[in-house]
Amino acid sequence: MKIAVCIKQVPTREWQPRLTDDRTWIREADASFEMNEPDAYALEEALRLREKHGGEVVVCSAGAARVQQVIREALARGADRGIHVDDAGLGAADGFMVASALAHAMRDEAFDLVLTGLQSDDQGHAQTGVALAELLGIPHSTIIMDVEVSDGRVRVKRELEGGWFQWVSMPTPALLTIQSGINQLRYATLKGIMAAKKKEIRSVAPPAGLTPGLKIVGLALPSKSKQTAMIAGPPAQAAAELVRRLREEARVL
Amino acid sequence: MILVVAEQRAGALNRASWEAVACAQQLAAGEPIAVLVAGGGDAARQLAEAGVGEVLALEDAALASYTPDAQVAAVAGAVSQTTPSVVIMAHTYQARDYAPRLAARLRVPLVADVIGVKGSGSGATFLRPMFQGKLVAEVAPQGTGPAIVTCQIGAFRADAVAKGAPATVRRLSVTLDAASRQTVEPPFQEARQAVDLGQAERIVAVGRGIKAQDQIPVAEKLAAAMGAEIAASRPICDNGWLPMDRQVGSSGQTVAPKLYVALGISGAIQHLVGMKGARTIVAINKDPDAPIFEVADYGIVGDLFDIVPAMTAEIEKQSH
Repeated sequence: MKIAVCIKQVPTREWQPRLTDDRTWIREADASFEMNEPDAYALEEALRLREKHGGEVVVCSAGAARVQQVIREALARGADRGIHVDDAGLGAADGFMVASALAHAMRDEAFDLVLTGLQSDDQGHAQTGVALAELLGIPHSTIIMDVEVSDGRVRVKRELEGGWFQWVSMPTPALLTIQSGINQLRYATLKGIMAAKKKEIRSVAPPAGLTPGLKIVGLALPSKSKQTAMIAGPPAQAAAELVRRLREEARVL
Repeated sequence: MILVVAEQRAGALNRASWEAVACAQQLAAGEPIAVLVAGGGDAARQLAEAGVGEVLALEDAALASYTPDAQVAAVAGAVSQTTPSVVIMAHTYQARDYAPRLAARLRVPLVADVIGVKGSGSGATFLRPMFQGKLVAEVAPQGTGPAIVTCQIGAFRADAVAKGAPATVRRLSVTLDAASRQTVEPPFQEARQAVDLGQAERIVAVGRGIKAQDQIPVAEKLAAAMGAEIAASRPICDNGWLPMDRQVGSSGQTVAPKLYVALGISGAIQHLVGMKGARTIVAINKDPDAPIFEVADYGIVGDLFDIVPAMTAEIEKQSH
C-alpha cells in the first residue's frame, strides 16, 4: 500500500507572537518551528499501517526551504521518502492554495491512502486535507480515531460531537484526516536519524496561477471580552447577592 | 440573499444552526435570508415557524443519513440554483467534514471558525482565531463567488435571533448524479449514558475543588434548584465521580448554555474551550488567581461548601 502523509511545519507551542510591520503576518524570522502535532499522529498511523500491510510512506509538505526540517524528521521516524513543494509564499497561504500545491505534486504518484492531521496549529483552517481529496477526486472522511484497511476499502471510526462515533467505509484511494490521540507517537531513533540522511526528498515547483481565496487584512492579540463582577462578603450574603444578580441583571434564572 | 445551511440529525435541528442564523442576521443589513435544510422533516417545520426567512428543504433519500459526497452535491446544487451572496453554517464536525470540499468544488473561499463579523454584505470581513487563539485575524474573502462562512460554536447568540412571521417551506430538488462513495453505520456512544450537554440551557459544573465523590450532591442540589444539568471537568470524570458523558472541554462536550456555573474549576484551557461560549459564566473558587475568573462574568472567591448550599437555599426560597 502506498500511503502519503501531508505534514505542515508550524511555530512551536511556546512561541510568543511577533507581527510584521504591516500586521498582516507573523515575523517568521523570530519564530522557531516544529511538526504540526495533529500531522504527527497522521504520520504515526501511516507507519503503523505500513507495518501491518506493507508498502511505502511518502511525506509531503509545502512551504519554504525550512519545511525540509520536518520532512527530514518524518523520514527519521520511518517514512520512506519526501516530496517538498518549494515556495516560501505557501506558509501564509490559505487551505485551498496549499491543497492545490500539494495536489499538483501528488497527483501522478497514485497513492492508495492520503493521511493528514485534522487541522494545523497555525492558521487552523482545517481545510487542506478535505480540499485535497476534492482536487485528487478521491473520497474522504475526517476526525478519524481508527483505521481498518482491507481489499481496496477502508473502514474508519469517525468522531462526531458529544462523545458520539460512527464507522464509515469507502473505497481506496481515499483521504483521511486524523484526530490527535488516535495512537501513541514514536520518536526518531539515532539509527533512524542516520538513515534519514540518505533518503530522497524530491523538490517540486508550485503550480502556476495559484490565487488566494482569503486575504489576511490584519492580525491582533485577542481582546479580553469580559469584565468580571467579583462579589464579596460573608458566604450567605454573597450567595444571595449572586442569585439576585443572576435573576435581575443577567436574567438567566 | 444570504443562505444559511442548517443541520439536523434524525429530524432534530442542531442548536448551533440558530447561531448561524444569528450570524446571517448580523451580516444581512436588510438582505433576505433563506435557510436550507437537507432531509427537511421536523427541522424544516421548526425553522419555518420561527420565521427567520424562507425555508428551503432538500428532500432526497440519499440525504437521509449524512455522507460528505451526497451533502456536497446537494448543497452545491442548491447554491447554484439560489445564487446567494454568502453561505453560512455552524462550525460543527459535520461542516468541518464537507464544507472544505464544497468550497473546493464551487471554487469559492471558505472562512472557517468565525468569531465575529465586521461590516455587512459583500464588503464584510470576518474575525477568526489563528495560532491556537494567540492571535485573531481579520480575513477578507477574495474573488467573485459567494464565500462560505462557518461560525465557531458559541460565538453568535442563538437567543439573539430575531423571529418574524412563520415562513413557508419551499422544496428544492437537486440532481445527485453519482452515488455516495461513503457508506455509514449508525452512530454510537462509548460512554454509558447519552447526555447532550450542548442542548442544556443551564449547567452546573464541578472541578477538583469538590474534593470527594460524596460531595457531588452539594452541586447536584444547586443544579436541581436551577433546573440545570450537572457537568464536570476532566479529572472528575477520570476519577469516575461522574460519568464520562458529563465532561465539558476539548476531550468532552462543547457547550453554550445561557448560564454556566463553575464550582471549584481552575479553568485550564482544555476546559475553557468547551464552555467559554456560555452567555453568563459564574465562577466560585478558593484561588483568586484561578484562570476561570478571566472568563467569568460573576465571581466569588471562597469556599464552595459554604456558598453553594446558601445559593441553593436562596433559589428555593424565592421560587416558593
